Amino acid sequence: MSTSVFTRLHLRDRIRDRDTAVYSILLILALVFPMASIYATDGTALVSQATRAGTFVLLAIGLNVVVGFAGLLDLGYAAFYAIGAYSYALFASTQLASSPAHHAFHLPFWLMLFVALFVAAAAGAVLGFPTLRLRGDYLAIVTLGFGEIVPQLFYNFDQWTGGINAVGGIDQPTLPAWIQGPWSGDGPFQVVRNFNFGGDPVAFYVLICILIAAAIILVNNLYRSRLGRAWMAIREDEVAAAAMGINTVTTKLLAFGIGASFSGFAGAFYGANVSLVSPDSFLFIVSITVLVMVVLGGMGNISGVIIGALVLYYVVYYLIPGLPENVRSLANSIGLSSETTRSLADATQHLNYIIYGGILVAMMLLRPQGLLPSRVREQELKHAAVQEEEAAVEMEHAT
Amino acid sequence: MSLPDFGFYVLCATAIVLLAAQAVIHPGEFVQVFIFGLTQGSIYALVALGYTMVYGIIELINFAHGDVFTLGAYVGSAILGFFAISEGGFTTVNLIALLLVFPAVMLVMGGINVAIERVAYRPLRNAPRLAPLITAIGMSFFLEGVMFLWHGPATVHFPDILPKAATTVAGVFFGFKDVFVVVVAAILVALLAIFINRTKLGKAMRATAQDRDAAQLMGIDINRTIAATFFIGALLAGAGGMIWGLYYNTVYYQLGFRSGLIAFTAAVFGGIGNIPGAALGGLIIGLIAAFSDSYIGSKWTQVVVFGILIGVLVFRPTGLLGMRVPEK
Repeated sequence: MSTSVFTRLHLRDRIRDRDTAVYSILLILALVFPMASIYATDGTALVSQATRAGTFVLLAIGLNVVVGFAGLLDLGYAAFYAIGAYSYALFASTQLASSPAHHAFHLPFWLMLFVALFVAAAAGAVLGFPTLRLRGDYLAIVTLGFGEIVPQLFYNFDQWTGGINAVGGIDQPTLPAWIQGPWSGDGPFQVVRNFNFGGDPVAFYVLICILIAAAIILVNNLYRSRLGRAWMAIREDEVAAAAMGINTVTTKLLAFGIGASFSGFAGAFYGANVSLVSPDSFLFIVSITVLVMVVLGGMGNISGVIIGALVLYYVVYYLIPGLPENVRSLANSIGLSSETTRSLADATQHLNYIIYGGILVAMMLLRPQGLLPSRVREQELKHAAVQEEEAAVEMEHAT
Repeated sequence: MSLPDFGFYVLCATAIVLLAAQAVIHPGEFVQVFIFGLTQGSIYALVALGYTMVYGIIELINFAHGDVFTLGAYVGSAILGFFAISEGGFTTVNLIALLLVFPAVMLVMGGINVAIERVAYRPLRNAPRLAPLITAIGMSFFLEGVMFLWHGPATVHFPDILPKAATTVAGVFFGFKDVFVVVVAAILVALLAIFINRTKLGKAMRATAQDRDAAQLMGIDINRTIAATFFIGALLAGAGGMIWGLYYNTVYYQLGFRSGLIAFTAAVFGGIGNIPGAALGGLIIGLIAAFSDSYIGSKWTQVVVFGILIGVLVFRPTGLLGMRVPEK
């Protein structure tokens, strides 16, 4: 009977419809955005911004696995991001030459992307193994502590990491010869130059788009797998899930490790993109921002989380910092004196925190379930309602 | 004795032995650090109580609480500005100002916290669990923004109005301020304990913390009880802010973030939701931070404090005084 209800309501189609729409819009935007912005502003500043936003999208997709799918609250996600970034930064710059190791490593980016992934996942597993037995909130507190410790460790071991001076001059990725063909590089057939990212924002933009697409496909498959269903079972009721034969510790550990691996990935990308990795870039505020992205977008729904990440990135890194400038030009255009204009702009600058805090509170009060909440969960609830209704109708027929 | 408990006791014993060794080798320095840790710890204890009470009653990590504490110092410094206080010595005006401003700041902060609860947490009481957490973070930014707007990013001077009397006993320096901080904190904690254990509202709070639905069925007004919890938590935070200002004489708008996290650690350390635990945890975390500052190096203090947090949760998830609660 349940299948008949399912087909009648076209649940699967409806769910797929919205996701398809969101993904198509995102794909079109991703293709059009760089061309449009370069054409409109005659520069690549906006493309770099989009690349930074893409890094956050990747982080949000990863955190969604932990928070949205498995229901584990992680308040120290930036720690894994830092671990990923430092694992690339240390092994792809001259930093280690001045450390007690006395040898600079220059490992290729593509290798380190995966090394960073595994290092972060291993860190997640090491942290998760003793702590995942704990109740939900205690886990949140442990991750909070971990997130505070890791950047401080990168500060303190300044012999190795440069501490407050940060790691700079990080290698740019180059495409390997087997992709570019024998006509590039230093070989005997050289026709074109070796392709080096060399700080080119468009190259990084293309790379982050490919990484995000890969991440979306991967996470969607995970979501529909046996493991994904186990995560959701644990999220809804851990005791019941354990009674159904799910090994809760292993399943949670996998969520934690897989979530961490995404931020390791994003970290290595960030290191290459910005070419400067400092402990200051991975403070608590980053963990919180990514968490807000996930919650704001709609926990557990991948397309929602992406939208949430993009919206919040726009607000935090573009709209709010740009406000004083906008106020200034507005005040100028309506003909206020330069004195008033300046004081108005200054006042707006001081309002940054208040505006951000106000937006967070207002967003949550208006839509506590997020912008695009998980359709499956909504439908599950409706589905139950429909079944009850049908049972009532049958009862009527019987009498 | 289970293995985690064993690990916990081994860790505690090691720490105590190491400290005892220091105490024997350099007794003067040890006592000096101990006094400093005690004053720090008293302030952390006051803030930790607010965290633990709110967590106990609505299971919310109230990220805005540390900023309520800082705002207390800001408000105190502003109200003190109305009095003709003298920073050179202790005058009668200073005493009167102190006696008036201290409770005033506590009440103002209590009112602000109740308003925060009303606006940001109460509408979300039945929302997904993460929603109030996000609004708490939002409120934290908001309060930091208010302080930023008020006095800008620089540190703010807090009037130094306490007596400067100090003595040196056997090479150990301690002043009136140290005594003041510890005594005021102790009095407030004692008052809180009496309130929670002896009054009707305190009983309602304990009942609500145990089982909200059952408490409601017994005729307890849940909303009023939760508002009262926020009010009392903020009274203590406001007092903590005042004490902090009087002791250190500087505050800055982001003070609440770091000290809030440390106070929260203290609450977890003592067993979250447990009121004597939070007071004890605050004292111990203050002592640990002071010892770590002077024996290990201040840049390691954060690692030590949060390392202890993780260690406690791994070996003894319910904290020092928390009871073992079976999972529902």
